[in-house]
Amino acid sequence: MSINGGYTGKILRIDLSKKSSTVEPLNMLEARRFIGGRGLAAKLLFDELPSGAEPIGPENKLIFATGPVTGTLVPGSSRYVIVTKSPETKLFLDSYAGGNFPAEIKYAGYDLIIIEGNAEKPTYIWIDDNHVELRDATHLWGKTTFETETSLKKELRNDTVRVASIGPAGENLSNLAIVRNDYWHRCGRGGVGAVMGSKKLKAMAIHGSQGVRVADPQALMNYVLTNVEEKITKGAMAIVATGLMKYGTLSGIPAMNATNILATRNFQKGQFEGAHEIDLDVIRSILNVRDTACMCCSIACCKFGKVKSGQYAEAKSGSIQQETHSMIGSNLGVDSEEFIVKVSALCDDLGLDTIGTGAVISFAMECYERGFLSQKDLGGIDLRFGNQHAVIELVIMIAYRRGIGDLFAQGIKLASEKIGQGSEEFAMHAKGLAYPAYRPGVSSPGFALAYAVADRGACHRRARPFVAEQTLAPFVTEGRAKLYKALYDERIPWHCALCCDLATCVLGLNFKDAASIFSAVVGWEFTEEDMQTLADRVASLIRVYNLREGATRADDTLAPRSFQRETNGPAAGKVFTKEMLNSMLDEYYALRGWNREGIPTTETLDKLDLVDVSKQLKKYDKLGMIK
Amino acid sequence: MKKKLFIDKSICTGCRYCEAVCSLVHSHNHQVQPRRARIFIHQDLINGIFTPIVCKQCTKAPCVEACNFGAILIDPLLGIHTIDPQKCTGCMACLEACPFGAMFFDSEQNVAIMCDLCKGDPKCVKFCRALPHIGYSALDYMTVDEWLRRRVRLALAKE
Repeated sequence: MSINGGYTGKILRIDLSKKSSTVEPLNMLEARRFIGGRGLAAKLLFDELPSGAEPIGPENKLIFATGPVTGTLVPGSSRYVIVTKSPETKLFLDSYAGGNFPAEIKYAGYDLIIIEGNAEKPTYIWIDDNHVELRDATHLWGKTTFETETSLKKELRNDTVRVASIGPAGENLSNLAIVRNDYWHRCGRGGVGAVMGSKKLKAMAIHGSQGVRVADPQALMNYVLTNVEEKITKGAMAIVATGLMKYGTLSGIPAMNATNILATRNFQKGQFEGAHEIDLDVIRSILNVRDTACMCCSIACCKFGKVKSGQYAEAKSGSIQQETHSMIGSNLGVDSEEFIVKVSALCDDLGLDTIGTGAVISFAMECYERGFLSQKDLGGIDLRFGNQHAVIELVIMIAYRRGIGDLFAQGIKLASEKIGQGSEEFAMHAKGLAYPAYRPGVSSPGFALAYAVADRGACHRRARPFVAEQTLAPFVTEGRAKLYKALYDERIPWHCALCCDLATCVLGLNFKDAASIFSAVVGWEFTEEDMQTLADRVASLIRVYNLREGATRADDTLAPRSFQRETNGPAAGKVFTKEMLNSMLDEYYALRGWNREGIPTTETLDKLDLVDVSKQLKKYDKLGMIK
Repeated sequence: MKKKLFIDKSICTGCRYCEAVCSLVHSHNHQVQPRRARIFIHQDLINGIFTPIVCKQCTKAPCVEACNFGAILIDPLLGIHTIDPQKCTGCMACLEACPFGAMFFDSEQNVAIMCDLCKGDPKCVKFCRALPHIGYSALDYMTVDEWLRRRVRLALAKE
């Protein structure tokens, strides 16, 4: 299969232990089967990582993956994914970010960059097209991500060099560590930064001067100008898109609050008294918000804001997002915009995930208020809900693993297991990954299913059944499994191609659009059916990966608190039961062609052109690895 | 009639759609590579400020004066600048001469490149989308007369 467009056809493999790098041809049959990005990287992880590999250490790999669409003209097409084995969940992890860095990987001439082994001392990778060099990063070790990016641009004497780096949290192997690129974009969740830190890899700097070929430029340009334009202005998602363009992802907060799913005080409630007053226009004005965008995106959901005055004056963030806003705001019982910007910037600089950090701090606050942790345990911090000063201190302690910060740096699951005393009841995670800001449960059975079955743990980016669920009967499970599958499937082609799933889903780009766009870029014929098969294929492949690593149906569950009776909001008095979850799981597994234990059947895998995976699964089963 | 690119840098989101599409439409082999574009978005990522840099279509153009090889031509009627790649030696004198930094260089072909307004139908303008709450886009293309009136409106709005 020849390359007409999209792909560069090359994989860069860097071995930090051997201090060597090689360029391999992209296997085009695999590219056809998995497109690229998440799908292709998942297959590589499945093939190359031994079962039970230790996430922190030389055995694990970091796969920086782009797809055929990355670096072209498709809206949101500057996006990459880091695929690895998560130190937090010990399962499959994919973590995405936008900015300008992703397209630069393609311009440097690579579809994927695989990083293996461990460096002996702090190292950064400098890639300038064919020139690949491992450089000493001793002088950068300990620096914040912000300082690292600025230093590298100076050192390499080019401010259009694109940089992805880790901060102190990643160096200190925190499960909450992120990889940050282009100052304001982060690969969060699951501890990608810790994997990078364990490899002693401080940063990657890229400069690319090669082109990405588009097979049919006229078709692609016409598609973006006519079909996409029409969807933005007249499509079913037009209202959502308009909100997103003006307020960024914060646009969802008022509706989340109204429907009782806004994370509040460690998910004790779904409505925050401070949120009733949220006026998004006021936020725009007090933070002097500027609309900024990732490369080739006409949504511009990244809102740049700066605090004008007060104790947090000068704090700024180039990406004020809903998840951060809720996890650092309502979930910690704080309703100060200025504080949210301050903590968001602090977390970014230290290389901490704002979702995970917000979650673990809210958990700590509840432990403190219930008396499971004393002020002495916390090193003298009065960690009440709403105490802004305490939050800032704890964030720093977590990044540098000082005092109790060492415990919380491991993430919410391990922290709750060590604290014990029944704190597991309100440790809000699924498979070890903290809940993001949508509160699952009887108010949103759709999110409950989404968090429970997501391969990387509680996740809002597989599917966000937020708007669509409003059309179904409330507080019951009917229709959720089908809805979740449809929403998730719609995103998978974009996870593989690689293009921002938020942009494409807000633009309402469906399988038909995906097939047309992929055909125009790559030059192969794709159909709507191909997209459906791709979605099913990737979902089943990753399921098998997780089963191999020890996951079972029992892991597809939620934190105990999510099964408690609702005390307020529209769903007051109602309860989300284990039976409700089980019925949704049964239904979802059946839709996927998985058996009752959530194991993809041989027929399903074979039908999805995953015969090789199916053979491996049988082998694992014989060895007793599938529980 | 002479038409001009109108730029409102205060609302540029830094999305670089203009760079990407410019490089694609001028590419002889269907490639996207922003470094071969004839427009450049200067990114101040730390402050979220973006400045489009593109040919200002000078009438008495420093680039034309600097070129010893007569490679840069100006269409007097439409005000469109073009570089003849056959005549361009790649000396970069025009890049040095342009006070706006709006001349670029194609390091694949080794010739200077500059905005040719896509022969009067600039694609960057087509791909520069107006955010609904702003109402207009950062890049636009219009007659000089209309351009002047918009400049006045913009200046008055800032007062």
